[in-house]
Amino acid sequence: MSDEKTEYDPHSGVETTGHSWDGIKELNNPLPRWWLIVWYATIFWAIVYTILMPAWPSLPGLGGTNTPGLLGKSDRAEVAQEVSTMRSERGVASQKLMSASLVEIQNDLNLQQFAMAMGESAFGDNCATCHGSGGRGAKGYPMLADDVWLWDGTLDGIEQTIRHGIRHDSDELTRMSAMPAFGRDNLLSSGEIDDLVQHVLSFSGRQTDTDAAARGSVLFASQCVSCHGADAKGNRAVGAPNLTDADWLFGGEPADIRATITNARNAHMPAWQGRLDDPTIKALAVYVHSLGGGE
Amino acid sequence: MGLFQKHQALERHSLLLTVGILVVVAIGGLVEIAPLFYLENTIEKVQGMRPYTPLELAGRNIYIREGCYTCHSQMVRPLRDEVERYGHYSLAAESMYDHPFQWGSKRTGPDLARVGRKYSNEWHLDHMTNPRSVVPESIMPPYAFLSDNTLHFDDIADHLKTLRFEGVPYTDDMIENAKADLVAQVDPDADYDSQDALVARYEEASGRKGTITIGDFDGDRTRVTEMDAVIAYLQMTGTLVDFSTYEADDLSNRR
Repeated sequence: MSDEKTEYDPHSGVETTGHSWDGIKELNNPLPRWWLIVWYATIFWAIVYTILMPAWPSLPGLGGTNTPGLLGKSDRAEVAQEVSTMRSERGVASQKLMSASLVEIQNDLNLQQFAMAMGESAFGDNCATCHGSGGRGAKGYPMLADDVWLWDGTLDGIEQTIRHGIRHDSDELTRMSAMPAFGRDNLLSSGEIDDLVQHVLSFSGRQTDTDAAARGSVLFASQCVSCHGADAKGNRAVGAPNLTDADWLFGGEPADIRATITNARNAHMPAWQGRLDDPTIKALAVYVHSLGGGE
Repeated sequence: MGLFQKHQALERHSLLLTVGILVVVAIGGLVEIAPLFYLENTIEKVQGMRPYTPLELAGRNIYIREGCYTCHSQMVRPLRDEVERYGHYSLAAESMYDHPFQWGSKRTGPDLARVGRKYSNEWHLDHMTNPRSVVPESIMPPYAFLSDNTLHFDDIADHLKTLRFEGVPYTDDMIENAKADLVAQVDPDADYDSQDALVARYEEASGRKGTITIGDFDGDRTRVTEMDAVIAYLQMTGTLVDFSTYEADDLSNRR
């Protein structure tokens, strides 16, 4: 090309490449200079980038790690750093919270606010899914905003429940008890369960068949008192609910009570130790305790 | 301009040009693809990973069939806020037996990589039957029909076989007993021998105890439903790796 004479297209005034096919000549329209500069710059930057950042994989037999890059950038190291920064920012208050008793927390406004803020956000993400926002509960999921406690309503008791869960099989310290499935496992006949339902209803004065309720009281004495107590007011040591009040976790209608006696309920709450850190668990206990019914 | 003169040889012989193009493309392919086959550090060395049990695999197939992945990712990113909310960031090793993996960045619902054992089976049942009953602000559609659908698992052994072809280390023993294992996991009243056999098979692969949950997942003991399978799958997600032995600071695990 260089040895050929430069030729210009008479129509557009653009230089031709000198190539001619079937009498058609190719024009030489080079790429704009600014475009070429940017293009070469990106190639240069790509090389610089692979030097600065983790990039080149190792060849076989050379240890198996990629080049770490001059900047030593690692997303995983950064997140570890950020989490530990966050923990240390919370550190002083967290440590104070861990060792504080209920009274100390109630008397220290700053500490209380810290625990409530942390507890509320952790509750919203982890607990409200079952217990509802504000701990209002639902059928099968206890309300936390009242003073009815199945297990233990003290600050320590709540913390224990959060930490180890209820009937969480992989946690040895979990709160454990099991109501038998009287109907499913053929411990009681269908008629006996009907009698028992009438007796349980009689605790709140709702029995419709006094004879059945009387027969049920014999069954209650032999089958139920060991957990629910002779007065049917329950036993928190085994999470047995009070049967005489108006609070029914799984429904208080005759059909609900029948289903409970037949199949048992034995609800499960997961253990949160390991998933949540210790200060968060304590803060959650303080938050739940404050919802309305803490003892 | 000498180089351009030489280039004329390529431009004027189409066969030579084709060969030249092939060579250039092959170089690009080799550089990008070949390292993936021998790289030792793309998958972290962890303890606890095992192939899915037949019931979990059946649940995973339903998870994919129902398109759960269109709203839920299974990948906790290494960002502070995500680690605070969901737990340890996901490792490549945790999806090494996934075909296909369930990563993603579009989350209409929350990430599910670590939902395993976070809630009770009863909660999952209530939530899938009617999401609004437990999460009032939820926009998830109900999946109550999963409780009505009997799980069809006559071909479950073939699924295991196919995955073994893909590189998932299912043993002959696992494939032979796939159907029995599936039934044993979902029936708390099944005989202990078959449950023990299931646990032994998969715990040996895992090298870790307590990664298999046996139970009636959907509250219906009379039959195996698709709900059983899906809950069994969800309850194991993100629970296999033993993070107490995982060395996050090791150079090969930094990326």
